[in-house]
Amino acid sequence: MIFHDEPNAGDPFPHLPDHSSQGRLERVLRAGHFAVTSELAPPDSANPEDVYDRARVFDGYVDGMNATDGSGANCHMSSVGMCALLTRVGYSPVMQISCRDKNRIAIQGDVLGGAAMGVTNMLCLTGDGVQAGDHPEAKPVFDLDCMSLLETVRGMRDKHEFLSGRTITDAPKVFLGAASNPFAPPYDFRPHRMAKKIAAGAQFIQTNYCFDIPRFKEFMARSRDLGLLEKVFVLPGVGPMASARTATWIRNNVPGIHIPDEVINRLAGAKDQKKEGQQICIDLIQELREIEGVSGVHVMAYRQEEAVAEIIDRSGVLDGRVPWYPGRDEELLKERA
Amino acid sequence: MYSVRLWVVRHAGAFERIYNMFEPVLVKLHPVWNKIGYQRAEKPMSKIEQACKGLLFDCKMCGQCALSSTGMSCSMNCPKNLRNGPCGGVRLNGNCEVYADRRCVWVEGWKGSQKMKNGDRIFAVQKPVDFSQQGSSSWLRVVRQISKNKEQTREKSQ
Repeated sequence: MIFHDEPNAGDPFPHLPDHSSQGRLERVLRAGHFAVTSELAPPDSANPEDVYDRARVFDGYVDGMNATDGSGANCHMSSVGMCALLTRVGYSPVMQISCRDKNRIAIQGDVLGGAAMGVTNMLCLTGDGVQAGDHPEAKPVFDLDCMSLLETVRGMRDKHEFLSGRTITDAPKVFLGAASNPFAPPYDFRPHRMAKKIAAGAQFIQTNYCFDIPRFKEFMARSRDLGLLEKVFVLPGVGPMASARTATWIRNNVPGIHIPDEVINRLAGAKDQKKEGQQICIDLIQELREIEGVSGVHVMAYRQEEAVAEIIDRSGVLDGRVPWYPGRDEELLKERA
Repeated sequence: MYSVRLWVVRHAGAFERIYNMFEPVLVKLHPVWNKIGYQRAEKPMSKIEQACKGLLFDCKMCGQCALSSTGMSCSMNCPKNLRNGPCGGVRLNGNCEVYADRRCVWVEGWKGSQKMKNGDRIFAVQKPVDFSQQGSSSWLRVVRQISKNKEQTREKSQ
């Protein structure tokens, strides 16, 4: 699918009045398409090709890639750095901002820097605690929390002001996202917390891994009762598990991920556990897309990134739509000729 | 103290009532604070506040108390200093992601808020913490603010 006002690679879209950003992800979502985003694992290297190689595996299947910001409190290439590389060739990254490592001065600087490089989507996160990563001795910053971070970036965009009240001459035009985890207690507070995030400025929500469909449906039903679903695009998180052992390890060691026993049993009972993990992911995507208020999916396929294309393809959620990638339009034109 | 803190949150409704009686008394004493000078009252007052709230809530003296909006569970005890609700890392048993053997401050706070008359304050988005207020008396700040507002409305009505 090519928009009628498709810009040259790396250039912003023309500004539409009801859009906050000039980016592709917001365009796709507001046009009513089922959007697909994926998690881009940052390299432990200073080689730009490592970033491009990792991005390329998603070509033609995703509308946005999350450039993670020290996820799991492990040190990798920075989110800002990855975004600089990705926007250079026209990709639409979602720049993750975590409150763990930077105070409000550094964060606001990064927001301006990111937007200047063409980042149009930003995801505001609290961040995992330092104890979860490879530098447990680091000082946790947490100057802001995800909520005040959202308000801060929204203020920069809409009021053209820093948190201090000082004026910003050219505001960062960004589509603002937040995370939500319906699968962690207290379950009945989770929809209210999403409501707070929306009140603070969130326009799209990506959730943690969703394996527990009944729990997610309950969360969405409560969110609908609170009138949230018209105000926000919800992209539940999914991902293939490589084996029952991996799934069990993740369940026990990664904060905030809930994998029900049925999923682990299904994996354990399969002949080819990796294939079964992908099949479970496809089944989940198909179930999720039927739930009211779901606008897309966010695929987190850590160490199985090359499987994302096939998973999305077989799930059929793109309905033949080909998300943009560098060189896509030239290829489409060639096919048509 | 951890066990006292948990006990207080279980009785959040009672502590809300106590504070609601206590605050007007402090406000009534505004002329006294004014006479002493808020600046001079600051040191002894913050000491008293720290002693009381330290015992009851494990207060960290952030200087901008939000207990009425957090179900009487001090959110500065959250290792991520979250002021707006629990993070996604809460364990299935309701314990903290960082301190596996401790209850999540916000899981308790959410329960506490349901016992309070104005518990729905937990739904309001809290401003970022002003770290320049750390160590100062939140009580005096509130009293000063309320008295100032009262004076302003009085001036307007005249």
